[in-house]
Amino acid sequence: MKARIVAIASNTFREAVRDRVLYNLIAFALLMSGAAILVGQISIDIERLVVINLGLTAVSLFGMVIAIFIGIGLVSKEIEKRTLYTVLSRPVRRWEFIVGKFFGLAGTLIVNTVFMAVGVFAALLYVSHHFQQPDSWILVALYFIILQFVIITALALLFSSFSSSLLSAVFAFSLFVIGSFAEDLRGFAGLTHGLTRWLATGAAYLVPNFCALNVISSVAHQQPVAGQLIFYNTVYALIYAAMVLSGAVLIFEHRNLK
Amino acid sequence: MASLVLMVCMLGSALMLRLVDQVRTRATLEEVLYFSSPTILKRLSLGYDGLLADIYWTRAVQYFGSKHHEGAQSYDLLAPLLEITTTLDPQLIVAYDYGANFLAPQPPHGAGMARRAIELAEFGIRNNPDEWRLYYQLGFIYYMELKDYAAAADAFARGARVSNAHPFLKVMAARMAEHAGDNEMARMLWTTAYQSSTEMSIRANAAAHLRALQVDEDVSNLEKLVGMYRERTGHLPSNFLDLQGTGLLRGMPVDPLGHSYKLTAGGRVELRIPDDFPFVHKGTPPGYVPPIRPKILPTD
Repeated sequence: MKARIVAIASNTFREAVRDRVLYNLIAFALLMSGAAILVGQISIDIERLVVINLGLTAVSLFGMVIAIFIGIGLVSKEIEKRTLYTVLSRPVRRWEFIVGKFFGLAGTLIVNTVFMAVGVFAALLYVSHHFQQPDSWILVALYFIILQFVIITALALLFSSFSSSLLSAVFAFSLFVIGSFAEDLRGFAGLTHGLTRWLATGAAYLVPNFCALNVISSVAHQQPVAGQLIFYNTVYALIYAAMVLSGAVLIFEHRNLK
Repeated sequence: MASLVLMVCMLGSALMLRLVDQVRTRATLEEVLYFSSPTILKRLSLGYDGLLADIYWTRAVQYFGSKHHEGAQSYDLLAPLLEITTTLDPQLIVAYDYGANFLAPQPPHGAGMARRAIELAEFGIRNNPDEWRLYYQLGFIYYMELKDYAAAADAFARGARVSNAHPFLKVMAARMAEHAGDNEMARMLWTTAYQSSTEMSIRANAAAHLRALQVDEDVSNLEKLVGMYRERTGHLPSNFLDLQGTGLLRGMPVDPLGHSYKLTAGGRVELRIPDDFPFVHKGTPPGYVPPIRPKILPTD
């Protein structure tokens, strides 16, 4: 079982690399070096802040785009190309296929993030000339961004398991936007009464909460991140991703592929 | 053939854009402020408000810089740009620190919006109560722009209570009652501004103010000596050598940039190059009109 999941995951990773997904690193490198050189000339006293804010925002957005646009095709593309039947005709269970695909894309995103993180720290070294102890919190922000990728990859896979690529992209992107407003949604729920309150509260807990996973601004200001938040966010992201993946597996298990 | 068309079209589109820019010179900034509500912008940033704040701060710097360069008398978009910046990132100290410096001074040195500068500094203090520089900025604006010495003393006293505050804050709060309005107090404030900033334009501005204070003091003292000479001899001195001859003056008096002062036939003491001292109150020839674009000399 483990070997089959690993095989599917490594194939997914290889496919992503073959699809030139890692080419985004070139754009990222150009963006970071451009920002590091230019910002000191066009602004005042925010070189370090811009490198961290721009770097982490780019890591997050580039990764989100990759997660959504690769994730939505993970199942539907295999069906369109009819390669899924070859895979499932072997002793591979449907849930192993979904989980393998998930780990493959998550692995691609982690590798991509590691390369980008090196770029962020290189640009930071260029503008600051030395690292400070609070710069280590940037690693926590990067870790939280990876947790966001884990959730969005699971969501893209869920939509890919029952919908077309276009609709999956719309659904996944919508959930990314709604998830960024999750705390507002909870605040809105608090203002309502009766059935609306129940529905709004339910929706607020059902959509992924990306707000708590975004600490870019605070680490840019060298503010520490509480250990408790790191732990709770990790558990939350893993539980949420497992929940969504279970949904994807359930749908895919019952899907008629004929 | 295709490559030729590509090159021609590329060149043509660049030329057309230059023509478009000439027609709508202010369009870019107006579009930036299409979202004038900081709260809506914060929501639309999808959590990436730190980067958006940096972009708006850069816009504010660019806007102030270009207006200041052309010697503008109005800076209508400066306050909204700063408000958006600080709402997006309330911890962006640099925006309060330099933003208040841009807002408070009278045109053409600033936007002439001292009250907006105070609101900005107070907003900054509410969000960053441990930043002593914000209390200093607040006191500075009350002192220099509004001449409200009691409010300035209060701001310095509040700042002095912050744990890592510059020791000058305590001194300034204590001396304010006794020395409010005099040159010594102003010199202390500008010296602190010079020493506590790493930004060259801020340091150059502080140095220009310190030079202007020195000129005002020099001119007052020299004109006092001219008066004393007149009392003693019954006529005005024709040059500074006359003052030296009576023992009232030692050496040739020079301004902070090393140029000798001029003594006019009417007994007035004047600067040789008044344009080099944009903030002086004394030492300029009668009817002197300062340049539209103030000359701030680079400083060490």
